[in-house]
Amino acid sequence: MLGLLVVALFASILAGTRWSDASLTPNLALDLEGGTQVILEPVPEAQGDVTSETINQAIAVIRQRVDASGVAEAEITSQGGDKIVVALPGRPDEETLDLVRTSAQMEFRPVLVMGAPAATPQDPAAPPAADQPTKASPDGPSDIAYYVTPEVQQEFDALDCTLPENRTGGAPGDPDTAFVACDQEGLAKYILGPVEIPGEDIKSATSGMGATSTGASTGQWVVNLEFTGAGTPKFTEVTTRLASQTPPLNQFAVVLDALVISAPSVNEVIPNGQAQISGSFTRETAATLANQLNFGSLPISFTVQSEQQISATLGSEQLQKGLLAGVFGLLLVVVYSLFQYRALGLVTVASLLVAALVTYGVITLLSWLQGYRLSLPGVAGLIVAIGITADSFIVYFERIRDELRDGRALGAAIEKGWERARRTILASDAVNFTAAIVLYLLAVGGVRGFAFTLGLTTLVDLLVVFLFTHPLMILLGRTRFFAEGHPASGLDPRRLGVDTLRYGGRGRVVTPGRRASGAPAPESAREPVAVGSGGGMTIAERRAAARAAQAAAAPPPDAPPASGTDEPAAERAEGSDR
Amino acid sequence: MATGFAQWGNDLYTGRRSYDIVGKRRRWYAISLVLVLVSAVLLVKPGLNPGIEFRGGSEFMVSGVPTDDQQLAVDTVQAVSPEEAPRVTTVGGSSLRIQTAELTNEQVEEVKNGLAEAFDVGQDQITSAYIGPSWGQDVSQKAVTGLLVFLLFVSLVMTVYFRNWRMAAAAIIALFHDLIITVGIYAAIGWEVTPATVIGFLTILGYSIYDTVVVFDKVRENTADTLEQTRFTYAERANLAVNQTLVRSINTSVVALLPVASILVIGAFVLGAGTLRDIALALFVGMFVGTFSSIFIATPLEVTLREREPRIREHTAKVLAARAGGDGTQGEGVTAGAVHAAAALRPGGHLGQGAQPRRKGR
Repeated sequence: MLGLLVVALFASILAGTRWSDASLTPNLALDLEGGTQVILEPVPEAQGDVTSETINQAIAVIRQRVDASGVAEAEITSQGGDKIVVALPGRPDEETLDLVRTSAQMEFRPVLVMGAPAATPQDPAAPPAADQPTKASPDGPSDIAYYVTPEVQQEFDALDCTLPENRTGGAPGDPDTAFVACDQEGLAKYILGPVEIPGEDIKSATSGMGATSTGASTGQWVVNLEFTGAGTPKFTEVTTRLASQTPPLNQFAVVLDALVISAPSVNEVIPNGQAQISGSFTRETAATLANQLNFGSLPISFTVQSEQQISATLGSEQLQKGLLAGVFGLLLVVVYSLFQYRALGLVTVASLLVAALVTYGVITLLSWLQGYRLSLPGVAGLIVAIGITADSFIVYFERIRDELRDGRALGAAIEKGWERARRTILASDAVNFTAAIVLYLLAVGGVRGFAFTLGLTTLVDLLVVFLFTHPLMILLGRTRFFAEGHPASGLDPRRLGVDTLRYGGRGRVVTPGRRASGAPAPESAREPVAVGSGGGMTIAERRAAARAAQAAAAPPPDAPPASGTDEPAAERAEGSDR
Repeated sequence: MATGFAQWGNDLYTGRRSYDIVGKRRRWYAISLVLVLVSAVLLVKPGLNPGIEFRGGSEFMVSGVPTDDQQLAVDTVQAVSPEEAPRVTTVGGSSLRIQTAELTNEQVEEVKNGLAEAFDVGQDQITSAYIGPSWGQDVSQKAVTGLLVFLLFVSLVMTVYFRNWRMAAAAIIALFHDLIITVGIYAAIGWEVTPATVIGFLTILGYSIYDTVVVFDKVRENTADTLEQTRFTYAERANLAVNQTLVRSINTSVVALLPVASILVIGAFVLGAGTLRDIALALFVGMFVGTFSSIFIATPLEVTLREREPRIREHTAKVLAARAGGDGTQGEGVTAGAVHAAAALRPGGHLGQGAQPRRKGR
């Protein structure tokens, strides 16, 4: 069963490496591989603003920016509910880091000039540029004469929006001057007036089917935009002015990260702060625009909580030493369990190896399928797991030994011991798993990697104990070596005290020699175990002992324990049926 | 020795040899109380030494340099920012870690250039990090939330599993005992508290409860039918359980501590400051104390709590009375702390004269 599982696990990984981009080793997290990690902390503007929805939108925007900047394999995740962790491999430059650090800026600017995206000095679509800002002050935000200076015009002419590198977004321009920007798809370029409405003034944006004034569906996808109380009068003012202008001056541009995401034209004065953007939207494009507009209305910005560069050499050194520590620890465990449990220790070792194999396989598989990355705390979790996993075997073995001490034959002892150990293992692993889940759900960064490996190894532990160790024990219990309790098997009844001299009932005494050869101990609770306590022996036992001593000059059985804690009071408690 | 150990295990199991842990619980309570108090004092003075994650600041890592030249690093930083008192630590075989207070972006660049020049290494061998002061707080706040949620869940699970809230209560008191002592010892050693340390502390939660559950499971098994017999008290049955799991506890803690100890040794002596070392120390101390407490604190506490239950109290009184009556002639009576081998009884033994039929009219 487990064999099948392991084979399936590794077969899928091998298949992955063969036909996909999986690898035989798990992916490493930044602290082992080297790279830069930025943790952003949201700063809400009001209570309750930080929701998983706003965080997800923010992540989408950051991902868009980082991807556009050409950094491969950036990993952007939310952790602990509200943190955003941006992990960039290698040594990204300052500009890329700035993209991550600065929060997105959305603003509404009036369109002054709109042109074809290519850099053409004689752009036919561009109206003739004004010479100098001759006026001391603009007539209004749409005043071309004031805002479009020759310098701005020149910048506009030189800008080539067909090139992807010019459409990566960037820092927003000065809110009080004209601004040259590309359409995000590279379909047009614009000279924009000063900022009229900041993004915070958007209350919400949704996408849906457009409706006429009578409520009938127009069958077109539209984006509905709603402004806040502060934004409504501003929007009314803007639409009042723009509605009377000629194209392209009747458009306003929605600018996100210095890119124009939409430039709708205004057809009428909108007094109630509820606008509808219609056009050739599909379902997806409408939803995307609504999302982007919502981001502009995100009531949160971000501060950098920590920013770490980890050198790859240091990471690999830590990994190497950590693994060395793990191997060394494992060796010590092997030596100790061989010492304590003899051949049974080999079962521990085999089980640990199987557990290690399964864990490795699962981690590799997850890092391929889910993008899981092994971090240093994760490695620590794995090493700690050696102990917790080995404990399951120890609990099991000790229970088997307990049953042997009670005089059961090995087969019965394994069965009964398993019944009892199973309960204990399940209960304690449940507790461990609870701990791992709680840690995982609540934690950030390193703690998370640790909790993950802890939870994973707990599950693997259960799997191995149920599907490997226990069946193996049953099989071993059928071999002569174990069933007869060979001294090296670790299950030697003599070492477990079953075989000491004791009263067998009806005036007979069971001596070691009589039972040693193979005949399984009776399963009833009638005969077994060296009973009793203290130095007390029954008269019959003493006599038998004396006989035995005479006969074999054997060492006297059962000298009274010298331990001081053992009080004579215990003598009385010598066995009998209660 | 192994034979001795196995023999010892047998004796513990059968009750031939028994350590009266539950009976002498006041002694263990006292020891623990002292340990907890000492830890509490250690937490106040010298107190925990917060790492940069909790103080906030900038950190530089220079790799591939001889590590004996720490003054050079200090001088370099002070050339950029004179009031700065940087902390320089060796990390791994050939790296220096330099921690300063928060620097501006320009200062960070300057320090990096200065370090590259001073140590004659390339820019790519120097990394920098900025950590806001809220990062560590955040981690520990999450840790505390995690602790509370975890306690709630575990109490529920244990109460349901053992069908008795007292076991859960005892386990959780033992847990706090472990946590306080571990944190206290960490403070005493004076290593920096980093998020890795916090991870270590959190793991102890899991381990401590885990270990206690294993012991309690045996206690539950042994005491299941306590009320149906009158030979042994609840406390004696529980004590036998502790003794019977003693071998398991020792083996488990050795096996769990060995890998942790090997990380600790490698972390402390080879790697220097870092995640592995911090986590390993917290775990090492925590696991050790956790094993101790599940034997010497959790079970006795559980017995103390259970003995408040009227049913158990009545039963204990009944057993002791019967024993006093029966054993009166032997003069051992009800002496508290007398070890009664509470092993399952076997046929064929002699019960002593007290068990013989009594002559009428005596």
